[in-house]
Amino acid sequence: MTEPVIRFERVNKWYGDAFHVLRDIDLSVCAGERIVICGPSGSGKSTLVRCINALEDYQEGKLTVAGLVLGDNVKAIEAVRRQVGMVFQQFNLFPHLTVLENLILAPTWVAGLPRKEAIERAMAQLERVRIPEQANKYPLQLSGGQQQRVAIARALCLTPKIMVFDEPTSALDPEMIKEVLDVMIELAGQGITMLCVTHEMGFARSVADRIVFMDEGQVVEASDPAQFFHEPRTERGRAFLASILNH
Amino acid sequence: MDHGFVPIPARPAPTRVSGRLAWLRHNLFASIPNAVATLLLLALLGWLASKGVRWGLLQAVFVPDADRCQAARGIGACWGVVVEKGTFILLGRYPQAQLWRPLVATLSLLVPVLASCSTRCWRPWLALLWALGLGLFFALMAGGTLGLSKVPTDQWGGLPLTILLSVVSMGLAFPIAVLVALGRRSTMPAIRSLCIVYIELIRGVPLISVLFMASFMLPLFMPVGKSPDVLIRVIVGITLFAAAYMAEIVRAGLQTIGNGQAEAAASIGLRWWQAQRKVILPQALAAVVPSIMNNFIALFKDTSLVTIVSLYELTGALSLALGSDPNWRPFKIEAYLFIAAIYFSCCFAMSRYSLGVERRLRRSKAR
Repeated sequence: MTEPVIRFERVNKWYGDAFHVLRDIDLSVCAGERIVICGPSGSGKSTLVRCINALEDYQEGKLTVAGLVLGDNVKAIEAVRRQVGMVFQQFNLFPHLTVLENLILAPTWVAGLPRKEAIERAMAQLERVRIPEQANKYPLQLSGGQQQRVAIARALCLTPKIMVFDEPTSALDPEMIKEVLDVMIELAGQGITMLCVTHEMGFARSVADRIVFMDEGQVVEASDPAQFFHEPRTERGRAFLASILNH
Repeated sequence: MDHGFVPIPARPAPTRVSGRLAWLRHNLFASIPNAVATLLLLALLGWLASKGVRWGLLQAVFVPDADRCQAARGIGACWGVVVEKGTFILLGRYPQAQLWRPLVATLSLLVPVLASCSTRCWRPWLALLWALGLGLFFALMAGGTLGLSKVPTDQWGGLPLTILLSVVSMGLAFPIAVLVALGRRSTMPAIRSLCIVYIELIRGVPLISVLFMASFMLPLFMPVGKSPDVLIRVIVGITLFAAAYMAEIVRAGLQTIGNGQAEAAASIGLRWWQAQRKVILPQALAAVVPSIMNNFIALFKDTSLVTIVSLYELTGALSLALGSDPNWRPFKIEAYLFIAAIYFSCCFAMSRYSLGVERRLRRSKAR
């Protein structure tokens, strides 16, 4: 058994004083594992994955990412962020910079690469998401699907060990979802550790090693997809599947 | 049966009737009342224009002859006052024999200003250019070195002073404003309160009172003879005043940037300062270019208030030039029109420049 790269140990988080958003989360993710997190809205899925690169803090428990405990230590947070790539629902590209400038920002400023090398790396990532011809356009000139692929390329430019996707296809038109999922499936085949919050059950079924089902801020069950889709272990899981699959 | 989807080929838009005549008919002579209004307004404009031309050109006196100006009073303008007093208005009380010094000093200050307007010049050598420009300005104006006679700051005046006050206080106020705006949004309570207190205090008082305090009250609290020159104190006063207003403009810009940008910057490993510099501020400032330029233009004209602490910039030099000379005092209007034209051309240039900046920044928004 390899050492887990992400380890939640009884992690608890509150928004304000009253809203208990993450409750006693225990979850370990091994290197190379592909996890899909699903559950009804407001169940804490996004908050959970946002904790992994310290976009959210937590109040109780212990979260270890790539061997570093996330807490108040700014150096640890910076080190973790260099190893975790994040893709957002709303893309969050920098609209004042061209696609290429979006991609070389972190390599030049965070990794300290010379500009020429950063551009080479950026172009390689753009090839990987199949839009090298858009390098000199501005993000708002691209379609939603293209923007999200640029966002994936940007996250990959620091060669992260872990990729986190927070509902990457939820803001896209139906016809663009496929081009983004295709890129993600290709990534999944290349051995990178992946956590993905999504409602795309087809993607979950074909790519995930494990499905983590959340509700009310808890991990209700974590099973392999064959079991989860065929026969969820919990009543709540069954009800959720019924509600999303039969419409 | 399957009828394949056949797109309708795109057609050009219907041609609009164009040309000057069509435009005139559509906008100015569309109906009888419309045509009547157009003709009436044209007549009014023509009457005003002919009056203006007669007063300003045909009947005007262009030579510096006070008697002829007196004879033309009420009929024609007396531009002679500009010929007679122009040098004094433009350069103030600077010693007559040394007038080349403020001229060269002003030019040397304008070089870095103009260079900064083009992003192509935003290189390390620009800082050097600024240091040289400012250094040369003060060396020439103050003298005391290079065999130049000493000229105290209370004899500086006119356009060089206006430009110095504007350029230096804009250049210093802008970075202070950015820091204060960031500070006001800081999560650290001490920094945040400090910035709020600064903004509210400064915004709560008129510029005149800030200038009074800088020039008369500050020396009372300093050891005798240790207080910095009045010009320095006034520049600091104007800078702090302008920075408080500009900080709120910058903060407005920061508020237009969604949280997603900061999160994305953090997620790719940028530190807080890097994220502000490369991601947040470029977008925030681009959003408020018109307001910032508005503030710069207001500041440029507000420098005329330093007259009340006995620094005679453009406006002050004008009152000084005419106030003490009963022969020319009646022709203030012409002199004021002259400096109004100077103020206007500077402000108009700033306004056009800001439009250019907006156009350049819009490029990334084009779809």
